[in-house]
Amino acid sequence: MSSNATHYVAPVKAEQVVVDAVRLDEKKSNLWLDAWRDLRRRPLFWISVVMCAIIVVVALWPSLFTSVPPQGSGACFLSKSNAGPEPGHPLGFTRLGCDVWSRLVHGTSVSMAVGLMATAIGTLIGVIMGALAAFYGGFLDSLLSRVGDIFFTIPYIVAAIVVMTVVPRDLRNELVLAFAIGGFSWASTARIMRAEVLRVKQLDFVMASVSLGLSRFKTLVVHVLPNALAPVIVVATIGLGSAIVAEATLSFLGVGLGGVSWGADISQAQTSIRTSPMALFWPSLALTVTVLAFVTLGELLRDALDPKSRAQR
Amino acid sequence: MATYILRRIIQVIPVFIGATLLIYFMVFGMPGDPIAALFGDKQPPQAVIDQIRERYLLDQPFIVQYLNYLAGILRFDLGTTFTGQSVGEVLGRTFPVTLRLAVLSILIAFVLSIVIGATSAMLKGTVYDHFQLVVALIFIAVPIFVLAFMAQYFLAVQLGWFKPTVGGQNNWGDLWLPALVLGFSVYAASMRLTRSSMIESLGQDWVRTAYSKGLTRGRVIPVHVLRNSLIPMVTDTATNFGILMVGATVTEGIFNVPGVGNALYQAILRHETPTVVSFVTVFVVVYVLVNLLVDLLYGLLDPRIRYVK
Repeated sequence: MSSNATHYVAPVKAEQVVVDAVRLDEKKSNLWLDAWRDLRRRPLFWISVVMCAIIVVVALWPSLFTSVPPQGSGACFLSKSNAGPEPGHPLGFTRLGCDVWSRLVHGTSVSMAVGLMATAIGTLIGVIMGALAAFYGGFLDSLLSRVGDIFFTIPYIVAAIVVMTVVPRDLRNELVLAFAIGGFSWASTARIMRAEVLRVKQLDFVMASVSLGLSRFKTLVVHVLPNALAPVIVVATIGLGSAIVAEATLSFLGVGLGGVSWGADISQAQTSIRTSPMALFWPSLALTVTVLAFVTLGELLRDALDPKSRAQR
Repeated sequence: MATYILRRIIQVIPVFIGATLLIYFMVFGMPGDPIAALFGDKQPPQAVIDQIRERYLLDQPFIVQYLNYLAGILRFDLGTTFTGQSVGEVLGRTFPVTLRLAVLSILIAFVLSIVIGATSAMLKGTVYDHFQLVVALIFIAVPIFVLAFMAQYFLAVQLGWFKPTVGGQNNWGDLWLPALVLGFSVYAASMRLTRSSMIESLGQDWVRTAYSKGLTRGRVIPVHVLRNSLIPMVTDTATNFGILMVGATVTEGIFNVPGVGNALYQAILRHETPTVVSFVTVFVVVYVLVNLLVDLLYGLLDPRIRYVK
């Protein structure tokens, strides 16, 4: 057997086969894209989006919708107490003679400001508590979960009532009110976040990230959190509705901010429910429509993000 | 079961201590002078301040104050209202009314959610189902005081079916209107729970088995499907209880029902901080107990929960 005998190598005839080929012509698919495809076909989604957009615009630029000031001297006339609509005042007057339409428009800003801040505070605390508890586990999990249990036990409107009764009237402002609501409503967000992070941290890409040398904390922030946020976004959207109700309830009970608020207007109008029900009706309608818009949006989002509930339609 | 009960009770203790500590801290540990809050705009004489300071142990360290307050709660001594009645006494008078209201409204919510939830599940995807889901969404969104005023205006003032306010007498019959309002304010979530859990049950193998062995629809639905779908409703009732307590504060105030919620409502309106705190504490204690009870019931209904360590 000679050593220089060349051995036969068959020519490669097969075309190069690419393993894991991605068919580029296939529609891309992920959680959010699927949800979007589902949502954009639902008329109720577009109705609630438009409603929310209108509410936000009214809240940001109330002066575009009314030129009458909602309160203060020169704006309210006791002689017009509970008077009906007249030119320039399309919805009539409140018991104290202020313009109902103007108070509705300016009340939107208060509701949205408090609602958004409260939701942001509640969501932030909930996400941090839930994510840390689930990701690090062990003692930290027990501790944070028990703290969450304590906050879960106190109905948050009741807690906010206590906070607002205690805070002196001159120190009350939108931020204090938002903290009173958001500071006690985070427990359910934390529970949902914890469950979701527990699920996500089992996934392969988390292990990959850790084994590639990324620190635990960076893995949590960069890889786990973005993939665990879907249920929290749903809860926050619905929670915005609840926070707006909470603000109105507190104002209704007289422990809100005073001044312009739908809750305060409803509370003021209740004494003349028999004689002028419309003064009660308009702020009630504004409140209900606003809450309905955000709750509907949240519910549809939940439906679209959850294949299981999609199957139940 | 005994171990399960014991474990649940032990778990409640830190939650109870934490919750009362939190409420206590909110009132007496926050910036702002509780005595000044007590007197509103008026400036009390120094002697009065000193006396209150001594009586409420405000000169003692925070933890001593809290322990004293906790000892009071455990002795059922919940302090006194501004008019000098003990909070315990007020509770004794108002609690039965609220209990009656709660029982009525939970009953209403329960019947509504089962009937609507079950029919919606069976008619899944039909106009009826969609209609009920939209109605449920509206009831979830409407704030309870708006619902209360609408009911008061349309059902009582316009139609005259009910008395607009309840007032002193509080027979079961008088409580129907506030109970309806409270019932409708919580039924929606339970109804959707019944619906989805029934849809899940309807697709199970044992339902097909039941049909294939010749059982009628009238027997399969209530006995095989509905009963199995009811377990999640038990936990839901506990959640409802929390909503009902907040709802009762507003609803009892609006309909003038002489219950615990109304007492709290009046205390808030009169800025009686200590009374508010006492009632809120009672709410939290009741809520913790109801949750404990429901958890125990749940363990009884579903053996799988008992044995989870």
